[in-house]
Amino acid sequence: MFMLTHMITSFIASAGFGVLFNAPKKSLLKCGFVGMVGWFVYIWLVNRQYDAVISSLIAAFTIAVISQIFAKMYKTPIIIFSVAGIIPLVPGGIAYDAMRNFVENDYNMAIQLAAKAFMISGAIAVGLVISEVINQMIRKVQFKSRI
Amino acid sequence: MGKEFPPTIEVIEICLLAGKIMLQGGAETYRVEDTMTRIAASLGIPHSHSYVTPTGIIFSTDGTEPAKLIRISERSTDLYKVTLVNGVSRRISSGELDGREALARLREIERADYTFPVYQQILAASVASGCFLIMFLGSWTDFVPAMIAGGLGFVSFIYVHRMVQIKFFSEFIASLLIGLIAYFFVYTGAGTELDKIIIGSVMPLVPGLLITNAVRDLMAGHLVSGLSKGAEAFLTAFAIGAGIALVFTF
Repeated sequence: MFMLTHMITSFIASAGFGVLFNAPKKSLLKCGFVGMVGWFVYIWLVNRQYDAVISSLIAAFTIAVISQIFAKMYKTPIIIFSVAGIIPLVPGGIAYDAMRNFVENDYNMAIQLAAKAFMISGAIAVGLVISEVINQMIRKVQFKSRI
Repeated sequence: MGKEFPPTIEVIEICLLAGKIMLQGGAETYRVEDTMTRIAASLGIPHSHSYVTPTGIIFSTDGTEPAKLIRISERSTDLYKVTLVNGVSRRISSGELDGREALARLREIERADYTFPVYQQILAASVASGCFLIMFLGSWTDFVPAMIAGGLGFVSFIYVHRMVQIKFFSEFIASLLIGLIAYFFVYTGAGTELDKIIIGSVMPLVPGLLITNAVRDLMAGHLVSGLSKGAEAFLTAFAIGAGIALVFTF
């Protein structure tokens, strides 16, 4: 039940972001799907006591791989799928907590949380880049074998 | 060469227009440069140079034609236009479109407004806010307050941005309003957890696209645009944080 609510809400939230970013109407459902899978991976790993940074990295990598497959299938730029999918992973909650602690003069806690938010956003970006690098490597290998 | 190529100056115009639309739609820097070079190559200019930053594009060919500069003043996120220009560039490369048709098509894309109607955007923002609340482990009783706060925050963001063209200010006002509404709900007893309501409803304003694009640009070696997009993302985050922080100081 817990997982089901998370999957439904993350699907709707990602598709909603597709609307805000004005993604093509046909791809809205796919945006929602990408976001749902990414969030599912993340929440599954977090529930198994993995660190949020590692979970974000793996979830972002999954999102990027699915987005690449979709981009190739539908001949559209990859950014349409990956951006909407990544939105649920963005550490908005932690950044907010950090900000709140700054305002309440609890700087120790605030810096800790800010560092964590920074680490998570870095992990998301690294996840995206790793999948892109792998994709390029595959393409190069294919190119070489054709020669 | 049996094919007639359009004059160089026209090719430069096509490339710059395509680059401008893509950059304004929020495409990554490498994609903009790549598209411009590809279009130029398939229209008979194999060696072209482009320099893309978030605020301007410089494009030059190897010949005697002057390099041209285009200024980008207003940026938003419009992935549909990015897709359309990408399609035009594909069709130019495959030879389906010649220069004149491509230019006409690009001008049409630039003029048209494909965005969803404002009420649909607001609806999407408020529903997404409610869903984010649940994803951040909030309780279902706060679902409606988060939807209202997120929706109204997004409305104020759109309308303040229309009045004053300063993004920082409109984000600040929007997050301030979200904070006040959430506080009001909790104060009257309609909502329970102030933190969760605010986090959920602030999400539509969060610069997620900018952050990921900034890091990818940096890793691809586009240092100038990566840093400036990062600065923009930081400013946005700071505006949101400051708006929320102001509510807490009361």
